[in-house]
Amino acid sequence: MKDGYELVYKRPATLLDARMHYCPGCFHSTMHKIIMEVVEEMGIEEDTIGVSPVGCSVFAYNYMDIDFQQAAHGRACAVATGIKRSLPDKFVFTYQGDGDLAAIGTAETIHSCNRGENFTIFFINNAIYGMTGGQMAPTTLEGQKTSTSPYGRDIKNVGHPLRMAEMVSQLPGVAYCERLVLNTPANVRKAKKSIKKAFEIQKQGLGMTFLEVVSNCPSGWKCSPVESLDFVGEDMLKYYPLGVKKDVTANSN
Amino acid sequence: MAAKGFVEISVEGCKGCGLCVHHCPVKCLSLKMDDTNSFGLHYAYLSNEETCIGCANCAVICPDAAITVYRQSKAV
Ligand SMILES: Cc1ncc(C[n+]2csc(CCOP(=O)(O)OP(=O)(O)O)c2C)c(N)n1
Ligand code: SF4
Ligand code: SF4
Ligand code: SF4
Ligand SMILES: [Mg+2]
Repeated sequence: MKDGYELVYKRPATLLDARMHYCPGCFHSTMHKIIMEVVEEMGIEEDTIGVSPVGCSVFAYNYMDIDFQQAAHGRACAVATGIKRSLPDKFVFTYQGDGDLAAIGTAETIHSCNRGENFTIFFINNAIYGMTGGQMAPTTLEGQKTSTSPYGRDIKNVGHPLRMAEMVSQLPGVAYCERLVLNTPANVRKAKKSIKKAFEIQKQGLGMTFLEVVSNCPSGWKCSPVESLDFVGEDMLKYYPLGVKKDVTANSN
Repeated sequence: MAAKGFVEISVEGCKGCGLCVHHCPVKCLSLKMDDTNSFGLHYAYLSNEETCIGCANCAVICPDAAITVYRQSKAV
């Protein structure tokens, strides 16, 4: 290092020295990175177990240096329920896309939230099925073009995009629920605080902690990574408003 | 005057997404358009060494954690 300078940022040691398979500019990478930064900062790398989904993030275990289990499509919450109930002192999280969590896995999601299982759900909403070639998801915006809605999503035909954070926040088993976005450095820094908060609430055993991340998919959206920032910031956030939807600790600290 | 900060960017770790270039407040990063890494991607580099303020915005937004940031130590 040059004389007179100090280190202010380096890649977390908990993120394995592997090239992530995600497309350039994909927020899956960003989310992996900041989860691992929080795990490193909290010193819980030996006590954290992740459950990866089916979707682009199926190989999350290749990048995060913690214990991992990979679940069948949509079933991450069921698997995490078993892990957390048998190892209640561990920090357990699922990491799921919108096709995984809000389509094939809707039942597992709703019921594990309703049961107040004590793990954390990281829900990566990029409004599309990224892995399989950009098909329409339950979260695809009205009018959004995908490979299975080439003229844009028609809500008369297929219904409205699902606002999962608002939905699960209504369930008594949910202790904390927030929607985040990773489109600017300030928002990434903010998201890290929310991840930490979710883990702290999990440690207190207060119930389900649910973080929805408004994400991107430059490949599925057929745009550049920088252009995807506009779709996130303008279109996605209009329909998926940011903020804390529920916090049972709000009045206690 | 020495720059307030500087960054090191992993050529092979960079995917050329341009998010760091877009978010650098002083626009001192660029993509290397006349060269690629072994993946065929135009990697990011510190194109104006004098103006970097060491704010770490580029490293925070970099999805692939390819950037290391240093800032001038406060004079004691
Ligand atoms: C039981 C089953 N049904 C369907 C599929 C095909 N499939 C693989 S990934 C996926 C959806 C992925 O979308 P999402 O969960 O949004 O993740 P992303 O890739 O966008 O991160 C589907 C339908 C499968 N692998 N298994
Ligand atoms: S297809 Fe989309 S979600 Fe999957 S890695 Fe590429 S950009 Fe990310
Ligand atoms: S540290 Fe700040 S000023 Fe320096 S290159 Fe990164 S974003 Fe730009
Ligand atoms: S944000 Fe990271 S991956 Fe993207 S261009 Fe900059 S250094 Fe490369
Ligand atoms: Mg998706």
